Amino acid sequence: MSIDLKTIKHISKLARISVDEQRAEKLAGDLNSIFDFIEKLNELKTDSVEPLTSIAETTLKLRSDEVKSKNIREQIIKNSPQDNEDYFVVPKVIE
Amino acid sequence: MSDITKQSLTELIENIKNKKLSSTDVTKAFIDRSEKSEELNAYITNDFTSALDKAKKFDQKPNLDLKLPGIPMAVKDLFCTKNIKTTAGSKILNNFVPTYESTVTENIWNEGAILLGKLNCDEFAMGSSNETSFFGNVQSPIDKNLVPGGSSGGSASAVAGQLTPVTIGTDTGGSIRQPASFTGTVGLKPTYGSCSRYGIVAFASSLDQAGPMAQNVRDCALLQEVISSYDPKDSTSINFKRNHYSKELTNNIKGKKIGIPKEYRVDGMPKEIEDLWQKGIQYIKDCGAETIDISLPNTSYALPTYYIVAPAEASSNLARYDGVKYGFRAKGENLIDMYEKTRSEGFGAEVQRRIMIGTYVLSSGYYDAYYLKAQKVRKLIKNDFDEAYKKVDAILTPSTPSSAFKIGEKTNDPVSMYLNDIFTVPVNLAGLPGISIPAGHDSKGYPLGLQIIGKAFDEQNILNIAYAMEEKINFKNKITDWWIK
Repeated sequence: MSIDLKTIKHISKLARISVDEQRAEKLAGDLNSIFDFIEKLNELKTDSVEPLTSIAETTLKLRSDEVKSKNIREQIIKNSPQDNEDYFVVPKVIE
Repeated sequence: MSDITKQSLTELIENIKNKKLSSTDVTKAFIDRSEKSEELNAYITNDFTSALDKAKKFDQKPNLDLKLPGIPMAVKDLFCTKNIKTTAGSKILNNFVPTYESTVTENIWNEGAILLGKLNCDEFAMGSSNETSFFGNVQSPIDKNLVPGGSSGGSASAVAGQLTPVTIGTDTGGSIRQPASFTGTVGLKPTYGSCSRYGIVAFASSLDQAGPMAQNVRDCALLQEVISSYDPKDSTSINFKRNHYSKELTNNIKGKKIGIPKEYRVDGMPKEIEDLWQKGIQYIKDCGAETIDISLPNTSYALPTYYIVAPAEASSNLARYDGVKYGFRAKGENLIDMYEKTRSEGFGAEVQRRIMIGTYVLSSGYYDAYYLKAQKVRKLIKNDFDEAYKKVDAILTPSTPSSAFKIGEKTNDPVSMYLNDIFTVPVNLAGLPGISIPAGHDSKGYPLGLQIIGKAFDEQNILNIAYAMEEKINFKNKITDWWIK
């Protein structure tokens, strides 16, 4: 199997990480060597194996939906990368 | 007392309880040594001023019934600490100040401990050498330009270098046990569900566990007792009867059956590691326990499985870092451009590599071939352990296939770096507890560790085995203070 530059560009789009040509080539090399290593799994027949979806063999519990952290709006907004007192600001979405 | 930082956690607690030392004495000593140890680069953020204030406050009205009375402690910077910057070793969280506290650290402060600062780690805990941190690599107290291991490299360096009496790390594929092994310290990865993941920056949610790192097994048991708790805030936290691990610690392991898995004898493993393992088997026998040859047939598939499951979960967990609500933001021409540039500039190379792998294996057309396949093999790996535990009480293996390596030695070859975790990764995939204890030195004088793997929720048993072996091994860590001028 070989991951080409076109595939790298496609994955980087899905992952929302921009990569330039130089980086894309490096990534293609790295990913190919990693996937060569991963291919080892194909040696195993697993048709009749149930996938392990959760290591903790418990069922998820329900809880009531209550507000526990109160009045932390100011603190939360303080972490925002673009200063604004009232809301998060992003680049303009609608023309 | 000039040798405060040389004392174990247990000794420090005793001295504080007997009023031979105050919390201020102890806190001051560790701050002084930490300040002289900048070259190790173990800290990302220090909180020394407020640590001293807290110590003084403790001394005014000491509550000596607590388990960690006035004990200063630095923790891995993957644990959210309220009002104190938490970076996960990443540029993308370089300015993030949590509004809440992780459950594990809250448990520690509730028992009287005092935060010294936040310790360096691989970016988002992705690494085996602490070289992927945005804040630079960490030096090992064992030797100059030697890696301390990773991802809890700052934690390992800080414990071995005596900048903190004990600490906590996180372990997704070996991130506590491998650095413990590299630095001659003790590190425990608890059973999945033992320690709450609430407030820990997530890497791979089905594998991540917090755990203690210490200079000896008793200290490790005590800290495990403090951090392990059922927590409704973590939906995978498990409500089981937790032992008083330190109180119930015993070196009597007579009649225990310890499995020796033949598949851990891997190609190209140095003779020193094989010899260490044989020595370990002898120690087990000397303690009156029995060793039994066992087979874990799917061991060689664990690492490829891990490198599908962990990146897949990481790519999903790290989708939240988009530059909108917190963290680093790059300028972009529009919203999508802002996302893409933020993540490209905010994440380091290893993190990007893993997000890319994860995105690929989860993408349309590849999910069955990779992710589903990996989940099935993960089941086979877990079945191997279930089968083995019908015959044995615990399993003994080396912790790592080699001793610590030099900084820069493996950075250009991701697969050779990943191979470091070959003995630790199966334990995470099966959700089991594992402990690494120092067991000897290689020809260069670098520490080597042995790993004891237990049944789920059987931390007490592996702590006891470790405790019994520790007594026989009588390991002395060679710390020369090379970094202190």
